[in-house]
This record gives sequence, structure tokens and C-alpha cells, in this order.
Amino acid sequence: MKKDILLCGVGGDGIVSVAKIISDAALNMGLHLKQSEIHGMSQRGGSVFSHLRLSSDEIYSDVIPEGKVDIILSSEPMEALRYLPFLAEDGWIITNSTPFINIKNYPEIENVMSELKKIKNLVAFDANEIAKEVKARANMVLLGAAAPFLDIEFSKLEEAIHHIFDRKGEEVVNSNLAAIRAGKENSGK
Amino acid sequence: MQKLLLLGDEAIAQGFIDAGGSAINSYPGTPSTQITEYVMKSKEAKEKGIVANWCANEKTALEASIGVSYAGKRAMTCMKHVGLNVAGDPFMNAAIIGTKGVLIVVADDPSMFSSQDEQDSRFYGHWAMIPMLEPSDQQEAYDMVHFGFELSETLSTPVLYRIPTRLAHSRAGIVRREAKAQNEIAFPQNPKQFVLLPANAKVQYRTLIDKQADFTKSSEESGYNKYIDGSDKKLGIITTGIAYNYLMENFKDGKCPYPIVKVAQYPLPYSFINKLYDECDEILILEDGQPFVEELIKGFLGKGKKIMGRLDETIRRDGELNAEKVAKALGMPVKTGAPIPAVVTNRPPALCQGCPHIDSYNALNEVMAEYKDGKVFGDIGCYTLGFNMGAINTTVCMGASITMAKGASEVGVFPSVAVIGDGTFGHSGLTGLLDCINEKANVVVMILDNEITGMTGGQPSSANNKLENICIGLGVDPKHIRTIVPLKKNHEEFVQILKEEIAYNGVSVIIPRRMCLVEAKKHLNK
Repeated sequence: MKKDILLCGVGGDGIVSVAKIISDAALNMGLHLKQSEIHGMSQRGGSVFSHLRLSSDEIYSDVIPEGKVDIILSSEPMEALRYLPFLAEDGWIITNSTPFINIKNYPEIENVMSELKKIKNLVAFDANEIAKEVKARANMVLLGAAAPFLDIEFSKLEEAIHHIFDRKGEEVVNSNLAAIRAGKENSGK
Repeated sequence: MQKLLLLGDEAIAQGFIDAGGSAINSYPGTPSTQITEYVMKSKEAKEKGIVANWCANEKTALEASIGVSYAGKRAMTCMKHVGLNVAGDPFMNAAIIGTKGVLIVVADDPSMFSSQDEQDSRFYGHWAMIPMLEPSDQQEAYDMVHFGFELSETLSTPVLYRIPTRLAHSRAGIVRREAKAQNEIAFPQNPKQFVLLPANAKVQYRTLIDKQADFTKSSEESGYNKYIDGSDKKLGIITTGIAYNYLMENFKDGKCPYPIVKVAQYPLPYSFINKLYDECDEILILEDGQPFVEELIKGFLGKGKKIMGRLDETIRRDGELNAEKVAKALGMPVKTGAPIPAVVTNRPPALCQGCPHIDSYNALNEVMAEYKDGKVFGDIGCYTLGFNMGAINTTVCMGASITMAKGASEVGVFPSVAVIGDGTFGHSGLTGLLDCINEKANVVVMILDNEITGMTGGQPSSANNKLENICIGLGVDPKHIRTIVPLKKNHEEFVQILKEEIAYNGVSVIIPRRMCLVEAKKHLNK
């Protein structure tokens, strides 16, 4: 088993938490993993990304080489496109379709979406709307949508959510569980 | 035993807790911050009575570690690469002393993700003539803390522990070792060791020179440096630290046909390198940083066998190393995905919406627009992003805003305004302000007080709640210490204060004070 995942978004939107949950589940399954992330100046509202590598064999590089990413998991549509050079030919993009506009020259969203639709393997939907319904963050909904592509049993992700959020109380755990379940419904699988 | 999922930084921190560390004194700086934070948050560390402090700057932090070493206990000081410039004085002299049980962890930032340069700390370690460690992965990062302390105590030397950003900020599973108890207090047996009077220092320096052979012996025998044989002797490869991973990434099943010297400990393992040079036709050197090993091996004349690396730009001299760059250097094909569509625009880091610095810069920009030749000297922190608002003209190093404004004002620049954060002011602004007072410089110093060290994630600021008293104590006229809450509704008042203080011929301090929003949110969530 080998999955190279690139998580991306905008600084502060919680992509690192998603990476942590997948990592927790993978570690429990006895997989090797490496997950790199961004701190400091580069995270202040700018583009951020995290490389997450899972494998049953030893992993060397902390970052995924270009052209080898199996899944781009993005909390923002334009950010998903930014990392296209990393995506493998048969790789998947799972992305929020709702733009996060904190720059003056953000392109027309129609143009962003039409570029995205050129991708062979695409799952794009409004994760913010679903997040509102289940009172969780959009990143957790996106995690649910990515779940069927991860080669990790869904129940392992649920366990990881318990493991990580139990100390924050039942309400937080339940809303996050609801979020990944709702996300899964939108995965097309 | 369940593996612990830790950042490279956190692996070092857990290593420190388990290796019997007694005190960690540091100054925050990306990408090193999470080491000390982890120890601070650790229940275990608390139960063991481990001291964990954020100090005023890297120099004061390292000196505290030298004090801990004097007491016979294990100490660690962590900083980012440019912090070692600030701590350069105690660093060089700790080497002369030969402090036992001291690890100086320096996180370098190749590609400058969050820094103003790419300086490689290994040059410092070489200069100070002390052993250095450069782990290649998170597990080694954990293990080498244990090893580093043993090395430091056995050979009576501080040890420089170098990591690059990518290791600092990447997670992997870690297997822990059995924890070791802290040392009891024990003072140095030689009463002259920590007294660097010239007469003593001469003896100590000679001792340091004589220890070099022992340092090299350890590098060859510790097991952290490896000679990995290969069948194809056309090329021999030297990797340092995580560069090994970028090499192996290019070979299925981790089988590289070329002989490799994998370096994780310095001084360089002389016999390994010699063997590689003798057996192979050409040498390729892979380092995540500046060409430190390459310069040592190639030498000034560059004669002998062909040595490739960053000096001859076989690999670009600047920027972080990666698997693709290594593949290109090896002449292997490099894959790439589709290009970035033209529709994608840059999304640079920016000040948060509602950040108090925005209000400060709006007022400053309005006032400075009235002066053709006025200049604003900036400093290091979130507020450096004010450059994107056209608000600052310079950013050099910690504290340089005040001193540069002083220097410029004295040769005729008017108005000469310094902008510095409360954290940076505590780090290295005080002495510069004292210079201004002593020379009656005509400067306006804005201390943007968001009551926290914001950029690195919210560590306490050493001058918090003390700014006015510090300024008065240094000799600033209290009439010219002005405070304001940087909010839209106070904009006119802010502008007025700025105008008045620019008009005053002398040292003015303006303190816009409002808590960092990220920090304020944390308080709300508590």
C-alpha cells in the first residue's frame, strides 16, 4: 500500500488537523508515514500545503516529488489547481468548490471551476454548506469525501477522531463524526 | 509499544525529556519553536521538574545553558539559524570552555520559508571546532539527543545539533527509549575551566585543538555515519542529514547502485570519505543547505577528481534540496504533472483581517505621505508584512529598525521612523533605544505592542507590561512616550500623535497597543 496525499488550502483553515487525523489512523494500522507542514510567516493567510505520505514500506523523502501525488485534498478550489504539477496522471482531486477570497485579484470563480473540470478524476462540492448543517468545519467534511480514496477503513478514521477530539468533549467528537459521514456521501463512491 | 507521531522538532523535545535534560532555555524562531513549546506543554516534563523558558533572546538563552552546564546538568538551547548570530558570543566561548551536557539546537531554513537568509549553521560549528549532529529522520532526531548528551559529557564539549526546516516540521512515528534520570548538581573539577581569562583561555583553546582527533574518532565509530557500498564505482555520493532520503527516494526498494557515505555526525568521518574518493571516479555531494561539506572536500584549488554539488551548480546553489534535484544531478528522468493553469494567482501571506498592525500602518502611511524624504525602518515579525502596504522601507535583522533609524537620522533623514514589535523590542531593541537617548537622535520609535510574540505562534513577549517603564528607565522623556489603541475609530488621534512626535526634535516612543487577534481568540476559547 502506498498513498501520497497533498493537502492544501489557505493559512488558518485547518488542513493540518485533517492531516493529523489521517496520520493517527495510519499509525494505528501500523503503516509508515511522513507528514510535513508549514509554520511561521508562510502560514499567515497565504497558500499552505502539507505533504502526507503513507506506505506499508519505508518512506524516504518527507515531501512528495512532482507528478507523484495520488490525492490532492484542497479546502479551496484555486489552491487545488496550484499544486497540479504534483498530481500523478491517474491522481484524484477532492476539493471544496467554495472560494476563499482574501486577495484583490482572485480570478472569476467560473474560470477556476472550468479549469478544475478538465481534471479526469475530480470530486468538487460546496463543503461549507454541509459543514454548516452539521456544525463542523469544512475541512472535516472534505476529509469524509476523501475517505473512500485513502485505502484506510472508514471506522479507523472514526477511531482517530475519537482519539484526537475526546478530550474536547462529546459534542466536538459527534459534530466531526457527522462531518466526515456527510462528506463521504458527497464522494461519489 | 505504540509509536508516537511527532514533528522532528517534537522528537528532539521528547528526546530531551527522556535523556535526562534538566533545563531548556530558548528564543522562539521558525522552524525551531515547537521544540521548546513541546517541553513546556509536556506533563512528563512538569512532573520531572524540567525547567523550560522563553528567554529575552538567543544570547541570554544560551548563556543560561552554560550556567546549567556549570552546575553539572543537561541543558538545551534552541533557536533558528539567524538566532545563532545573536548567540555567537556565548557559542564560540562555550566551545573554548568545553561545556559538558550542552546541546545547541539550530534549525536552518533552506528556501527561506520564514527567514531573511539561508545561512548554514554547520559553518559555525566548524568554526567553533565542536562536534555537530545532523539527523536524517525523526527517529534519528530523537535518538541523537540521547547520543548528543553522551558525546558532550564524554568529550567535554558543547554539541551543535543542526536540522533543516523540512525535518523540523515533518511528522513521523517515533519509538521511545527508556528515560534517564537527571544529573545531580556537580561543579567543574577544574576551577579555571569557566574563567576565560587569557591565561586560562590559551590553555583551554589548546585543549580544544587536541580534542579534535577524539571528535573525528567518534564520528567514525559512533555508527551514525555509514559507508554503504555500491557496485557502480563510476560515482561516489556523500549525503548529509536528510539529503540521504532525497537520494533514496529515486531508487526502488532503496537500492542505490553507487557507494554512499551517509553523514549525520561531524567532524567528517575522514576514513570513510577517503575510501570513497579512492574507489570512485567522481564524487557527488548532496546537502540540504549551503555547500559546507563540498567546500571542505573540494578545497580552494579544486584539483583532483571531479567533485559535483552546489558549488558547480550541478544542483542549484540556493534553495531547499529535494528528490527531483537529486534525480537531475544523477541524470535520471524527472516526472512532472500538468502545469499550473494561468488562472491561478498568487496568495502571499498577509496580516490577518482586523490585525492591529493594519490600523497602525494606515495612520503611519497617511502621515508619511506628507513628507517627501521620510523613511520607515522596519523590523522582524508579522508587521514586516507591512511592506505589502507600502508602509516600511527596510527589514534587516532583529532590532535593526531603531538603530538604522538612528544612523539615518544623524546624517539628515527626516522623519526617521522605526517600527518594531514588542517581542522584537525585548529581544534587541533596548540597547538601540539607549543609543538613541545617548546621542539625542531625532527619531520616532513605534513599538507595535500586540502583547505577544505573534509570528511564531504566540509566545510571551519578554517586555510585556514593561514597555513604558523600560523606555522611561532608558531615558525617554515621559512626555514623549505616547500610547494609543490602534482602531479605526482612533485613526485621527493616532495621526495627530504621529505628527506631534515627528515635529519633536528628540527621541519619541509611540506605543500602539492592542492584542494580537489570533491570541485574543485563544483567550476567548479558554
